[in-house]
Amino acid sequence: MKGYNFAYLDEQTKRMIRRALLKAVAIPGHQVPFGSREMPLPYGWGTGGIQVTASVLGADDVLKVIDQGADDTTNAVSIRRFFARTAGVRTTTVTGDATLIQTRHRIPEARLREDQIIVYQVPQPEPLYRLEASRAETRRMHALADYGVMHVKLYEDIARLGQVAISYDYPVMVNGRYLTAPSPIPAFDNPKLHMMPALQLFGAGREKRIYAIPPYTQVRSLDFEDHPFRAGRAPHACTLCGADDSYLDEVVVDNRGGRIFVCSDTDYCARRRADGHVGAQGLPKAAE
Amino acid sequence: MTTDSTLLSARGLSLFFSEIPALVDVDIDLWPGEMLAVVGESGSGKTTLLNVLSGRMMPDAGTVWYRDPSDRLHDVQAMPAPDLRRLHRSEWGFVHQDPRANLRMGVTAGGNVGERLMASGARHYGQIRAAALGWLQQVEIDADRIDDLPRTFSGGMLQRLQIARTLVTNPRLVFMDEPTGGLDVSVQARLLDLIRSLVSRFRIAAVLVTHDIAVARLLAHRIAVMQRGRVVETGLTDQVLDDPQHPYTQLLVSSVLQA
Amino acid sequence: MLRTEALAKGFTLHLRGGLHIPVLAGIELDVRRGECVALAGPSGAGKTTLMRSLYGNYRADGGRILVRHRGTMLDLAAADPRTVLAVRHETLGYVSQFLRVVPRVPALDLVAEIAIARGTPPDRARADADSLLSRLNIPARLHGLPPATFSGGEQQRVNLARGFIGGQPILLLDEPTASLDDENRAVVVDMIRQAKASGTAIVTIMHDAATRDSVADRLFRLTSLQEAA
Repeated sequence: MKGYNFAYLDEQTKRMIRRALLKAVAIPGHQVPFGSREMPLPYGWGTGGIQVTASVLGADDVLKVIDQGADDTTNAVSIRRFFARTAGVRTTTVTGDATLIQTRHRIPEARLREDQIIVYQVPQPEPLYRLEASRAETRRMHALADYGVMHVKLYEDIARLGQVAISYDYPVMVNGRYLTAPSPIPAFDNPKLHMMPALQLFGAGREKRIYAIPPYTQVRSLDFEDHPFRAGRAPHACTLCGADDSYLDEVVVDNRGGRIFVCSDTDYCARRRADGHVGAQGLPKAAE
Repeated sequence: MTTDSTLLSARGLSLFFSEIPALVDVDIDLWPGEMLAVVGESGSGKTTLLNVLSGRMMPDAGTVWYRDPSDRLHDVQAMPAPDLRRLHRSEWGFVHQDPRANLRMGVTAGGNVGERLMASGARHYGQIRAAALGWLQQVEIDADRIDDLPRTFSGGMLQRLQIARTLVTNPRLVFMDEPTGGLDVSVQARLLDLIRSLVSRFRIAAVLVTHDIAVARLLAHRIAVMQRGRVVETGLTDQVLDDPQHPYTQLLVSSVLQA
Repeated sequence: MLRTEALAKGFTLHLRGGLHIPVLAGIELDVRRGECVALAGPSGAGKTTLMRSLYGNYRADGGRILVRHRGTMLDLAAADPRTVLAVRHETLGYVSQFLRVVPRVPALDLVAEIAIARGTPPDRARADADSLLSRLNIPARLHGLPPATFSGGEQQRVNLARGFIGGQPILLLDEPTASLDDENRAVVVDMIRQAKASGTAIVTIMHDAATRDSVADRLFRLTSLQEAA
């Protein structure tokens, strides 16, 4: 595209971001500050993820972009088109065909491979954000691995509600050292972070932080011995494809409160239906 | 330097805030299981001394040594920050005059008491809760307040909660800064009695800063009297208070109102 | 058991321009096992000063205070604070004239804690404290109350119980019967005789000559240095 560098960002910026990414990969889970650039969309719309993607994207890459698991929402479509125009790369909705996946708030159901990179859009990179107001203090806590207060939050939940009440952005310990915010993915997705063959990169544009989980890294969701972490999901099967092991979206379909549950991962659902799986209502096509 | 198995020793501590002498050539010794009261009026340097001894402030001169359970001496100023922090979380405790400075007001009583355990690696909810319940009992807070927020506690209860939170890791050394300051007299009495019995039962060594001589007499084995940054007299509590040698000590003792 | 050599004690009142008041000079006191020595002399002669010096409550200006502690003679005047505390704990008991009141602690616990600190199991200690208080005619209903509201005589008897329950081999008794009626005074005399019989060395101050003579084996006379000066 004329007037713009490959993938929009200039080469110096990409180099700066790649340096930050290397640091992040070298220290799994540790937040690395970076010079977040002005992007053609406001903060809160994925500028961090886009900058990371732009820095690692190559001409031969195949890009997939999802938003809450779907390839066809407005944001996913816009970002995919953005890179198609500024980098001219091939794009896809098929998880297995992608080499680079940018995601907002979900991990694809299909297990990722060693030759893939997944880039997460992160609104708030600091897992201690709500517990400790001082940034200087949270930096000290990370430096000294002083994470007692996070367990206090879990304790409080159990004391008040009988169980941990964190349903997304559930804090994890990466490589046994750093407390990390995995971005607002549902707790259901947390087990996928552990020993993932793909490289996981995290970009927060507004907060100007980058972090990473290298392939095959230990990632443990925080819990107590007598209240172990449970990956919750709605106890239903997908209405469209019948899957009982995927994360579900709840969709209201009429004015009487009728609802159906469908796979949040649109590609996963489509694959299953293409393979002949049919859900409870036997719908031949997805009801949007 | 012979410390003769002291738990904490300081030599030659000096600290100036610009021209103002906060500490001048102060020596301190503390043995295991003993309580040392540091008394003096405002500006005597007693709180500064507490902060320097606990590593929260750096002196301009002098050294503080701490002997750990395996009998190794550590220079408190030279300790790496993570080690000092770990020390504060486990073997040491600090009771502030204002309990709110040391409590999380938005966290339940149980969470406050259990935090130091969780920070030291405790990962069993049931055991943490049981320990918290036990300590609430020790400080005479009703067990059914365990899930209440400290916002709902009175001043005396907050101070007792702070003490429970501090003692839950069974520290060997506790620094106390005017722990009964600002409390009503009857509440003070209860708190002093509690401190007295906990310190003796758990063999805790403590440095207690107070301006109230009666508190020092009740709780401390030894007393150090400070005036303008210097320790002017130190010795057995009842001896220093009943037979004061230094002019300032005599002034201090004679100024106390008898109830 | 207890011996002083050239013990001297004075007070320097810095608030009165450094006025120095000598009270004791050249005191040579010697107390044996099972012996009760009564300090005698006019008011102001230094009886209480001497007693407090023996306990380490007052700091001696000169001389030595030798105490048989753990088998050896130890100079209390030169001892560091922790040693003094150890001596008080094991060897040297003291009944002062006034009970220093600890808030909230019941009389029974005040007495029992002395025994518990000496190693007696808590149940036995509380039973001993109970019987000692009863022997001193403190009724059972008062045992569970803090002594702050007790009468002078009752407080003194709690003090006495604290002094005697420790079982230290040396006892210092400052006016032990001053606030007591005849019956209780007799109880205390009895307790002193019992202690003597079991080998306790006792130094006492009693202004009542009759009671004093019924327990003391000899008198140690002090003269006022002020009059002499």
